[in-house]
Amino acid sequence: MYNHGYRRESFNSTHSGTSDEDMVEVAGATLDFSVTDDVPPLDNAASEGHSTHNGIGPKEASKMMDFLDEPVPGVGTYEDFNTIDWVREKSRDRDRHREIASKSKESTWALIQSISDAFTGWLLMLLIGLLAGSIAGLIDISAHWMTDLKEGVCLEGFWFNHEHCCWKSTEITFEERDKCPQWRSWAELISGKTDGGLAYFLNYMIYIFWALLFSLLAVSLVRSFAPYACGSGIPEIKTILGGFIIRGYLGKWTLLIKTVTLVLAVSSGLSLGKEGPLVHVACCCGNILCHLFTKYRKNEAKRREVLSAAAAAGVSVAFGAPIGGVLFSLEEVSYYFPLKTLWRSFFAALVAAFTLRSINPFGNSRLVLFYVEFHSPWHLLELIPFILLGIFGGLWGAFFIRANIKWCHRRKTTKLGHYPVLEVLVITAITAVIAFPNEYTRTSTSELISELFNDCSLLDSSKLCDYVTELNSTKPADDLPDRAAGKNLYQAIWQLTLALIFKIFITVFTFGMKVPSGLFIPSMAVGAIAGRLLGIGMEQLAFYHHDWVIFKGWCGPGADCITPGLYAMVGAAACLGGVTRMTVSLVVIMFELTGGLEYIVPLMAAAMTSKWVADAIGREGIYDAHIRLNGYPFLDTKEEFRHKTLAMDVMRPRRNDPPVTVLTQEGMTVEDMEALISETTYSGFPVVVSRESQRLVGFVLRRDIIISIENARKRQDGIVSTSVIYFTEHTPPHPPNSISPLKLRNIMDLSPFTVTDHTPMEIVVDIFRKLGLRQCLVTHNGRLLGIITKKDILKHMAQMGNQDPDSILFN
Amino acid sequence: MVFAGGGSRLTHLSLELSLPCLATLLLLLLLQPSDAKNSEDVRCKCICPPYKENFGHIYKKNVSQKDCDCLHVVEPMPVPGPDVEAYCLRCECKYEERSSVTIKATIIIYLSILGLLLLYMVYLTLLEPFLKRRLFGHSQMLQNEDDVGDHQPFANAHDVLSRSRANVLNKVEYAQQRWKRQVQEQRKSVFDRHVVLS
Repeated sequence: MYNHGYRRESFNSTHSGTSDEDMVEVAGATLDFSVTDDVPPLDNAASEGHSTHNGIGPKEASKMMDFLDEPVPGVGTYEDFNTIDWVREKSRDRDRHREIASKSKESTWALIQSISDAFTGWLLMLLIGLLAGSIAGLIDISAHWMTDLKEGVCLEGFWFNHEHCCWKSTEITFEERDKCPQWRSWAELISGKTDGGLAYFLNYMIYIFWALLFSLLAVSLVRSFAPYACGSGIPEIKTILGGFIIRGYLGKWTLLIKTVTLVLAVSSGLSLGKEGPLVHVACCCGNILCHLFTKYRKNEAKRREVLSAAAAAGVSVAFGAPIGGVLFSLEEVSYYFPLKTLWRSFFAALVAAFTLRSINPFGNSRLVLFYVEFHSPWHLLELIPFILLGIFGGLWGAFFIRANIKWCHRRKTTKLGHYPVLEVLVITAITAVIAFPNEYTRTSTSELISELFNDCSLLDSSKLCDYVTELNSTKPADDLPDRAAGKNLYQAIWQLTLALIFKIFITVFTFGMKVPSGLFIPSMAVGAIAGRLLGIGMEQLAFYHHDWVIFKGWCGPGADCITPGLYAMVGAAACLGGVTRMTVSLVVIMFELTGGLEYIVPLMAAAMTSKWVADAIGREGIYDAHIRLNGYPFLDTKEEFRHKTLAMDVMRPRRNDPPVTVLTQEGMTVEDMEALISETTYSGFPVVVSRESQRLVGFVLRRDIIISIENARKRQDGIVSTSVIYFTEHTPPHPPNSISPLKLRNIMDLSPFTVTDHTPMEIVVDIFRKLGLRQCLVTHNGRLLGIITKKDILKHMAQMGNQDPDSILFN
Repeated sequence: MVFAGGGSRLTHLSLELSLPCLATLLLLLLLQPSDAKNSEDVRCKCICPPYKENFGHIYKKNVSQKDCDCLHVVEPMPVPGPDVEAYCLRCECKYEERSSVTIKATIIIYLSILGLLLLYMVYLTLLEPFLKRRLFGHSQMLQNEDDVGDHQPFANAHDVLSRSRANVLNKVEYAQQRWKRQVQEQRKSVFDRHVVLS
């Protein structure tokens, strides 16, 4: 009975593919697709016209037609690696809302239901904030502990890291704030000695051992349980929010593995950060919690609003910057960001930040390790070094993007990609071997940034604050004048320079490996080191040459004019801006980190300069570059389409190709349609009145046809291969002994978007962007001529930009 | 938090529940009122830089927030009476608190999740194929003998028993197989064909 040529696996794939992390079973009638989601069933008005339809009375006829028009579960869902239909999802949501609003006037229960329906959005945001904040707290505390585990262990309780181990101790001194008897390094535990060559060597070996162990565990867990958990996650989330579907990318196994392996990856000393993966973690939380509420579970467009808010919560907990998080979500990650989402995102970000604060991972109610607390003023002439830092940031950003994309391309295409575990181990070994001898790379990168942002006062005893001071001065502790550098500071400068070179190169190879990796922290570290070095240089210049013209007015001897910590901060912002090309969100994040508006002008100067310099060299930020590398179907809303092509230059079929494959509104049999579907791979077909007239009726999706035909064969009696398929509203009456027809009008989209063949492509691209279309039909003199899909547009844009059009993989 | 759908999966269940369990545990820790606070978990830390002949020193004491200043914490005062004010002006005192219970709970939860995952990974990669081979080899032998004739009552009983348990185990098996297939697909796209996530 079945046509075996028809691909059976397409059915199985539809059934297994639709269940998002197996939470919603499609096979079987467990789905409650309420009738209002799709076209309402034919009402009795139609059946009354046929009084003796089949010899059955009108009532029975209408019952039969109601049964026939019941929406099939599975129709309206999407296959993996496909784009959603924004228009359909939005109109479905509007229908649902209208239904609830109209019903709410009937009874109090319905009114309560409508209020609770409006309330679910806020409840969902609250839950997302709580979950994201808790997971971020877990990640922070565990990463802090595991990083210190490479050094030693706390005898008082193994769960304390170095700082907390020495929290209560009274033996710490002013000069050596790290040493306390409860904390033992591994060399001390093994050999009993704390100093000397043997102890150093033992520490070195054990450090490398722990680093390799952590990264090995991380990559094996990723490989065994959730391969989607590797990388940063932000490029894929951008694509998902643009309408793409990647099943399992935001699932519970991905969430679990990403959380666990992120801690391992960060603790292994690799040059990566946890901010990007935290956005992925937060979006996973958002996706998982969406399944609790029907309103969001069934509608892909509403779900993406929730995911935008969850991304904001992710950045908010990463930086302790709720406003910056919302702006990051708006600027970098989201595609459609209605105003309603703005307020809800802010709420989710605040709840997440507040939850994290209550967990208090850093012991002083701070959300981030590198909070800046100084408020020293800066002078207008310092804008010149700030702009220099901006130029450095832009150059570094452009260099990093080019190098990283080349390396990732090599990983994709050559044999290097076949050994992911070995690659991770080799890079970890190289990083550990080079990082240990230099004390600035041995500690975690967040601590390095925190030390670089620190403004030196008399209370600090680190090497970076080793200035020649007069002990008898009576000034208060934090208002110190510029002083000459001491011996330790020169050593620190050398070490920092080596650390800078090391970090610049190793991050290129680290970002994109098969462990969760972010690049906010390494970029900020590079910028902070460069900034601090420039700041120290300026400070010494001002001290030794305070009689130069440029310093004369404001930087006399004994004045506190140059703050190297501020230069470090501006450098960090410049480098981060150069890599990610963030503008507003970057400045707001940095300003929330500093807690004041004093430094907004330097930050903006550096961020703008770095963006301009980087844009002059390469157009895309790192995330857009990775999207293009992977061939995701992401239609960028930021760039304008400037070419003068017309719709007929882009549409398919081209001039010499056979005419477009259409379905006729009546006359095709089930057999014909199955053959057509198995022969072609198009994701949808236009329906025309007849092949001669080519007048457009509507558009049907391939997946919906497959599911409907399969369902009809199973559930409806009388459907065989020679049954005729009708897309019309009224089927002609058929005698009782002949084969019953199959009505498929309810899966057809009656309002497909059309443009004429002479429409300029700029308008077509604009339509695609603004409405989120997947395909658009092209007509000529009122007759159907061809079709333009999103993939065609992306290929066309790639061609116009002299890039490889075959790199667009998905549609 | 109860998730809808899905069958009972014994080996998956513990791992899936650990996430909401963790979340609820952390929430409970947050909502714990401050009477559960350890007195050892608060401190006032005063850092005093070098002054005249005295070296720099760090003082710590368990005092409340309003008493957290130089005069209450710095004991014994290293400078004589008139110098105390000058000395204290340079000192910086901060009130800090932490929750050692939270830290301990978080680390233990994290390590147990990590340990469970590692055990499960070892089980999946090493033990399961080994066990399956033994079980399948057995039942295949039984099926062959069944066709011939059942002159092995124990084998028959084993078959019957296994068929009665089949419903629950079948569901678990089916769910696990489906999950494994999904992971396999993901692994192919990411690691082998490099289609997603370069």
